[in-house]
Formats: sequence, structure tokens, C-alpha cells
Amino acid sequence: MELPSTSANPHTTPADIEQGRKLYGGRCAGCHGPTGDGGKGANLAQPQLPRAMDDLSLYRVVRYGIPDTEMPATLLAPREVWQICAFVRSLGRLASSGPTGDARNGESIVRGKGGCLACHSIGTEGGRSGPSLLTVGSRRSPGHLRAKLTDPGADVPENYRWVELTAKDGKKAVGPRLNEDTWSIQLLDGSGRLLSYWKKDLASLKSERKTPMPSYQGKLTTSEINDAVTYLSTLRGIQ
Amino acid sequence: MKILTAVLAAFPLFAQVTHQRLLEAQAKEPGNWLTYSGNFSGHRYSPLTQINDTNAARLKPAWVYQTNSLQKFETTPLVADGIMYLSEPPSNVTALDPRTGRPLWRYRRTLPGDLRVCCGQVNRGVALLGDLVYVGTLDSYLVALDAHTGAVRWETKVAEYTGGYSITVAPLAVKDKIVVGVAGGEYGVRGLLDAYDAKTGKRAWRFWTIPGPGEPGNETWAGDSWKSGAAGTWVTGAYDPETNLVYWGTGNPGPDWNGEVRKGDNLYSDCIIAVDADTGKLKWYFQFTPHDIHDWDATEVPVLIDGEVRGQKRKLVIFPNRNAFYYVLDRASGQFLLGKPYAKQTWATGLDDNGRPIRVPGTTPTLEGVQVWPSVAGANNWYSPSYSPKNGLLYIAVREGGGVYFIGEAVFKEGQRFDGGGFRSIPGGQDDGAIRAFKPATGEVVWEHKLFSPPFSGVLSTAGNIVFGGTNEGQFFALQGTTGKLLWKFQAGGISRSNPMSYLVDGKQQIAMAIGNALWAFEVQ
Repeated sequence: MELPSTSANPHTTPADIEQGRKLYGGRCAGCHGPTGDGGKGANLAQPQLPRAMDDLSLYRVVRYGIPDTEMPATLLAPREVWQICAFVRSLGRLASSGPTGDARNGESIVRGKGGCLACHSIGTEGGRSGPSLLTVGSRRSPGHLRAKLTDPGADVPENYRWVELTAKDGKKAVGPRLNEDTWSIQLLDGSGRLLSYWKKDLASLKSERKTPMPSYQGKLTTSEINDAVTYLSTLRGIQ
Repeated sequence: MKILTAVLAAFPLFAQVTHQRLLEAQAKEPGNWLTYSGNFSGHRYSPLTQINDTNAARLKPAWVYQTNSLQKFETTPLVADGIMYLSEPPSNVTALDPRTGRPLWRYRRTLPGDLRVCCGQVNRGVALLGDLVYVGTLDSYLVALDAHTGAVRWETKVAEYTGGYSITVAPLAVKDKIVVGVAGGEYGVRGLLDAYDAKTGKRAWRFWTIPGPGEPGNETWAGDSWKSGAAGTWVTGAYDPETNLVYWGTGNPGPDWNGEVRKGDNLYSDCIIAVDADTGKLKWYFQFTPHDIHDWDATEVPVLIDGEVRGQKRKLVIFPNRNAFYYVLDRASGQFLLGKPYAKQTWATGLDDNGRPIRVPGTTPTLEGVQVWPSVAGANNWYSPSYSPKNGLLYIAVREGGGVYFIGEAVFKEGQRFDGGGFRSIPGGQDDGAIRAFKPATGEVVWEHKLFSPPFSGVLSTAGNIVFGGTNEGQFFALQGTTGKLLWKFQAGGISRSNPMSYLVDGKQQIAMAIGNALWAFEVQ
């Protein structure tokens, strides 16, 4: 990994920030939103970025991406990476309005009526077949969380696959894919077991980019969804 | 005398690697692997049969050699007289004993901290001639090492690395010269192909891949754009002793994705060039992608075969291009004989009678991004195809997938990145790949073995009716050459981005391949 020798961003003039905005527009805005308030990608319009507390860390994230996440590397020159960094930092100086619901009510919906913990975990509690929600507030914007609750199938992560398979011995397994190659596949089945199969031992294999998550549209009121989003936005890791 | 014989048997005596030996490498010395592609014709074929389709299931690692680098490990090792010579990232060379996997000597180059490399600090291999080992370096030197000790015998500056040049290609030893090319396609260099006197390091000839003012082809660059037009030469070419021509692919025009600043066909970017081995003079060229705006370097390995086209026997060069078209040319004249897609592509409705692509409107990179197939890494790339004369088949690791292409500003400043845009994958795109077997003269597919993701590793075919290859998911595998049936696979735990090769150790066949950050040697046990 090639990193610049300087640890402070050397390209922070207004012209750099403007150029950074242009570069950001084509490469980053799709996930992080045009004003950086997040979407599928993290909310960047905040004073501190958990993955990038200092300039060099931000440079590293922009240039090389974050392994095992949807954040890709970019093929940009150091100056351009710095310009994007400068623009991203400028976003953190903008006032951002968070969700305005009742977080406590939201928590009771997530844990109770919503039944979210049947599949998702928050720390020591919850199920396994959905992604952990422990840090979801720092990774996903309120807008994205709201969209997930109302239309979960709309923006399934790039590499997410829901697998249904039947082995030649008749055994069936259903669950999210963990890994796959030409000849084998690994998944987590509904009872939380880690499974690995050679494809030659399978009678059938269905692998779809879809989520089993139900929509809460019509099941929760607009105000309840807003409260749930407000609570989920507070989940930023073990404090 | 008996003692001496025993010593010699334990470690074969290194003989001079002569041009004659290189010419006859495959016919007379199947147990050695003396050039990057195994022979001058770019075949990457081993005539060895000990490992074959009846015993491949018993392949096991013989040894593993770990590099001390986390950079991509793209080398093809050479083997001569019982010693293996391999390059390692960034610009190092190791000689090792292929019986034990133990290093014999190491050359470690000290590199400056401000290298200009687009795509990793990589090196694809060394060349052998006489008793010297040749390596190109990321700071753009050609270095000759003593094959017995690794000591530097000479080194010559090929180009200024501060101007954006680097060397990642395995040089090619031809007659008494070492042919070497450069990378720098994302830094606006002016591309070149050089040959150096093998004994002294003195430059014998230089071919600029972008013609200067007054030279034919310079008019294919608007204004001064030829000065920063790139057209690197970063993949090892082929040589035909009968035509005495060196065949070499050239890279993308610079800047990669912004064609506005370099209107014209941009010769000799994205070409195969045929230059005289003694003088470097251009005999012919063929441009696959005139005025490329998708970064589809023609830096693939040209494959030289003799075959029949439309009832006529011809000396051919086969070129499965990154732009997703499969080309068959006459290698004496450069005449276009055949071209057709061999992977999904959406940028051309076809090729005209001269092999020139007929472009689909609306495939030019935009600020918002435009979807085009193939992807920026293409349907093929620098990694090697393989031709089995025994099976009469050409094997290619084909990449299937598209990309989103962006245009960006392009202001040239020497030694700085100059790409004018970028790319990303298609959201929700389901890229994959396959090993495909082709009838070489027609491009007809005989079989395919599908792969989970677009491969970035070349293939080796052997007289044992095997095709070896590697996956992004860490497997090294063997397919049956005539059918594509899977014979064997091994999980080596890292992405492979290299090419397999084969040789004999004490009369026993091994297959070697760089996978992850290690070199693996396999044998039947």
C-alpha cells in the first residue's frame, strides 16, 4: 500500500475542494449521497468519521477502500485523492439534521413489535441470519434505514446472496451466502449453522440477490418507522 | 572422477543459455523453461507428459516459497539446468533449488520512494542469455545479474522513472540482444520498445511506439498530444526466426478515458507491432482499437502458429484482445484475416474488412458514467493464453463482464497521473469467466469450463493433455485438455495473478505457479 509521506492533507484550498466535489460527484455520491449525508454508504457529513479520524486514514479509505465492505478502492492520483478528502472534510462542517423521532419508542419497536432481533443482533442479543445492527447508525444514513424498512428489496448489497440448496442426499439448507467459488459454496443456515458444500454434491442450487427481510410498510405507522430509524441511528458500536 | 560425477548429478552444471538453445527450447529441452512463454511463439506449452490426465488427481505441493511482499506476485519463473530464476515484487530476483525450494541467491534492488506505478509494484519475470539473468525494474533500469551469484554485471537506464516510466515486463532475449518494454500508460509517457546488447548493456535500438513529428503516424495525434500519448509495451512479446520479427503488443493511449485531448487514431497505441529483431525497424503494425477511450491495452501475449485460413496455409499470429475481439493476422504481412467477439461486448457492431471496429454510438465515457462491455480489465489481459500443438487448441482464460466508464479532466504534467477519467463495476453486474478452448485459426469454441469470477491468471497446456489455471478464489486447477473436464484442484489461499509453467527436477515433472504471495510447486506423489 502506497501512502503519501505527509500525514496532513496538502490540498485544501477552495479550488481543491471544488475539484474534490467534482471527483466525488462521479465516484462517491452514488452511495454516500451528493451532500454526503449517506445512503448505502456511510454518512460523511459529520465532524468525525469513525473510519477516518485523521487525514491519512481518510486518504487510505478513499484510495484503497475498506476490505470486506462495499467501499471500493479508487484509481486516482494522490492529489485527486487528497482533493476528495478535502471535500469530504468540508461536508463535516455543514450542519446536518438527524432524525427527529422518539428513540426510546423506536427501541421498543425494534425489540418488540418489529421483531427485528429475530434475525438481527445488537451486541449480545438477537439472531444471526441478518447483519448485526451494532454499528448500523454510523454506517447507514437515516434515509437509507427508512428505505430499508419500507422497501428492503430495493437496494440489496452488491455481494449479498440468499441461497436455497438441496444436497444430493436430500438435505436442504437456506440462508445468506458467506462465500462462493467455482466449485464450492458456504452459507449460514436458518438455525445459525455454518455450512460448506462442494457444488458437485448438490442436486440444486438457487442463489439470488434478494433479501428475506419483510417490508414494514403498512405494518408500522409512519411515526413508528420514524422512531425506529431514530433509534437505529443511535447504534454506533459498544460505547 | 567418481566423486565429481556424483556432485554433477546432484546439481546439474549450468551451461551457457545460447540463442540456439532458446530456439530449440521446446523440442530439445522440454525439462527446462527458458523464456517467459516457454518458447518464442508465445505458446506456454510444456511437452512433458509425466503429469497427465490419468494421474493429475494425485498432484500435491512439493514445496512453497513465500515472498516477503504483499504486492501482487505475477512472475513466471524460468528453469535452466536445474536452477529456477524468479522475479519477486517489487524488482527483486531469486535463484532457487527446485528440488528443495531453498533460495540459492537473492538480488534485492533498492528503489526510490516516489515510483510511478499505476497498478501495483509488480514484476512478471526474468530473461536468460549466456550466463546472465535479466530483469527490468520499477525505476526503469534493465539489470543483468550473474546467473551463479546474483551479482550485478551491468545495469542500464532505459527511461526516467520520474517521467512516469516503470518496467514490469519480463524481458525477451533474442539473438545477442535483450528486448524490453515499459509501463507508464497512466502517466502520459511516450512509449518505447528497446533492445540492449546482452553482454554490455549498450542500447542497440529503440522503437518509439508513438511516431515523432515528420514520421508516418504522427498525424494521428492532434496537436502535441503525441508527446504524452503513452502506448506502453509492458507484456512480453514473441519472436519468429523465419521472419526475424519481434511481435509486441502496445498499451492504451494516454489519457486513458478522455479522448478529446488526443483526437485521431493515436498510432501505435493498442497495436501489435512487428519490428526487425536486428534493427528495431517497423515492418508492419495492426491497430485493434483506434482512438481507444476505454483503456483496452493490446498488451496481450501474441500467439504464433501456422494454420489454414480459407483453405490457404498461412503463418499466423493469434491475438485474443482485451477489447473482446479475437483476431487472426498474417504474421509476415500483418494482413487482417479474421476477427470476431469471443466475450460479451457492446462497443462495436463488428469489424470491417480491414479489421477496423465499427463503433456503437453512445459508448464514450461521460461525466455520469456509461455502461460498456467488456470491463476496463477486458475480456483478456496481460496473463498468458496457451496453445497445445498436440491438441491443436488455443486455451484462453476469458473474462466476462462490463464496466461503467467516466471521463475526467486531463491536464498533462510530467510524471503525474494522466488518465482523464475512471471506471467502476456495474451495480448488480454478475461478472464471471471461463477457460475456453478455441480452434486457433477460426476462433471456434470447442469447450468451456465456467469460472465463478473473471480470472486474472494465465493458462499452461501440456502434452499430458492438461490445462492448468488459477482463480481469484485461490484455487489452482487442472482441466483435461481435450474436454475441459476438471481433473484436480487445490486451494492455495490467495488470489492468483500469474501464469503456470512446467519443468523437470532430477527427471521428475513439476508445475509451478505464483498464487497469493507465494510460489507453489506441484508434483504427482
